[in-house]
Amino acid sequence: MRNTITSLVLTTVLAVPALASDQIRIGVEGNYPPFSQVAPDGALSGFDIDIADALCDRMQVECTLVQQEWEGMIPALSANRFDMIVASMTITDARRERVDFSDPYYDVPSRFIAAEGDFTSYSPEDLAGQTIIVLRNSPRADFLEENYPDSRILAVDREPAVYLELAAGRGDIAFGSSVVSAEAFLNTPQGEGFVQVGDPISLTRAGEGGVGIAMRKNDDALRERVNAALAEIMADGTYDEMASQYFEFDIMPEAARDALN
Amino acid sequence: MINWSIIIEMLPAFWRGLQITLILLCTAGLAGLALAVPLSLARASSHPLLSWPVFIFTYILRGTPLLVQLFIIYYGLPQLDIVRQSAFWPFFRDPFFCAWLAFTLNTTAYTTEIFAGAIRNTPAGEVEAARAMGLSRTQVLRDIFWPGAWRRALPQYGNEVVQLMHATALASTITIVEILRVGRDVYYNHLVITESFGMAAVFFLALTVVLTLIFRILEKLFLRHLDPRDSANVSPSETTKVTVNA
Repeated sequence: MRNTITSLVLTTVLAVPALASDQIRIGVEGNYPPFSQVAPDGALSGFDIDIADALCDRMQVECTLVQQEWEGMIPALSANRFDMIVASMTITDARRERVDFSDPYYDVPSRFIAAEGDFTSYSPEDLAGQTIIVLRNSPRADFLEENYPDSRILAVDREPAVYLELAAGRGDIAFGSSVVSAEAFLNTPQGEGFVQVGDPISLTRAGEGGVGIAMRKNDDALRERVNAALAEIMADGTYDEMASQYFEFDIMPEAARDALN
Repeated sequence: MINWSIIIEMLPAFWRGLQITLILLCTAGLAGLALAVPLSLARASSHPLLSWPVFIFTYILRGTPLLVQLFIIYYGLPQLDIVRQSAFWPFFRDPFFCAWLAFTLNTTAYTTEIFAGAIRNTPAGEVEAARAMGLSRTQVLRDIFWPGAWRRALPQYGNEVVQLMHATALASTITIVEILRVGRDVYYNHLVITESFGMAAVFFLALTVVLTLIFRILEKLFLRHLDPRDSANVSPSETTKVTVNA
């Protein structure tokens, strides 16, 4: 009898964390318009934020958004400061060693950005000796290091800084996100005279690339719930509706779009 | 547990970071020292046209955070067309030059005040005595005035150099890959504290130890007269030097 009571009490106590786990903390960034940005009053908005909200809605969990600087994003996830990252994080092999990713939720190519007429071609030979500005610790930086060994690389801490430095004349050409460069720079007064140049460059490999939601390794239950919720919002049109508020073109990963049709 | 394989893997990067830190420290430190000598004379001058401009310069530089100065030079100046069209633009374009300039101006301000304080504390009698001995103005300045001021300033100046060395870590914010930046990269790539920021701390600490030792040796050399035992047995070479000066 006494044992039963003890175990009853224990069950109740142990059940509390299970309830609490229906609260999910999500790491977001805020320096990557139009995917995430912070208004002067501190309010977060953007496509990443909308995706996070929609997923929480579908998973029927209460979510807290935790703003975190890009550089400490994965460490903060590992340190349990939040449970997943919705911050336009490209799925790469290096990151896969440290975190698990959901299915990709969007995919946009990278572009070179330069002052109009400065360059006509963008091969490693053409850009040898030139200073290329890029986001530090990003797949784009890795791409440049691998493919443009004779160029000088100016690696900055935040994506908008890539364009600030380009406008300031600190580099000759920038390598950035096709979407962020347009939104945060080219469509603003500072971006006057600058254009995206060369062909779009996809840094993701067919079938597995794109931008995903990062979770701690072996958090399989959460990952399956996220993937299910993601498939749901993609299938019922919620995704396209949200995306159309930001983009005039399709950013859904090819594989996901093919699966829908 | 410390993961030694990460440390060994990252040692070359830390080594390069250490070189950048040292280059920044030495170039900014020496330039600051060279600028502080004439500026401190002006600052200690009784003529307000000489002392006031220098006072305003050091007041502003000491009254604002170094990080703010660094950002104004690095982010602010390129926004001015006058800077971008000037012959100096190739310099301001370079992050390293911006860091060097910020650190040089900052350490110049502090060193100027340290030296000016030492100059003001020069006993009037010392200079009078030297003049009475028939030494020329240049001789007084070179042989009596500066050596005395330098001795009085030395302990404080040693602190300033150590602080300048610590301040070079700020260069990591403007894309310069010095010791702290290497530490941050290790942290980002391996998610470890001891092997990233811990290693950076070890490097800075080692630099502090070396600098402190250097200044202790300098103090022993220049402040020997304050050590009762050491000043009692004057070495022959010291005797000759004294004779020459007299």
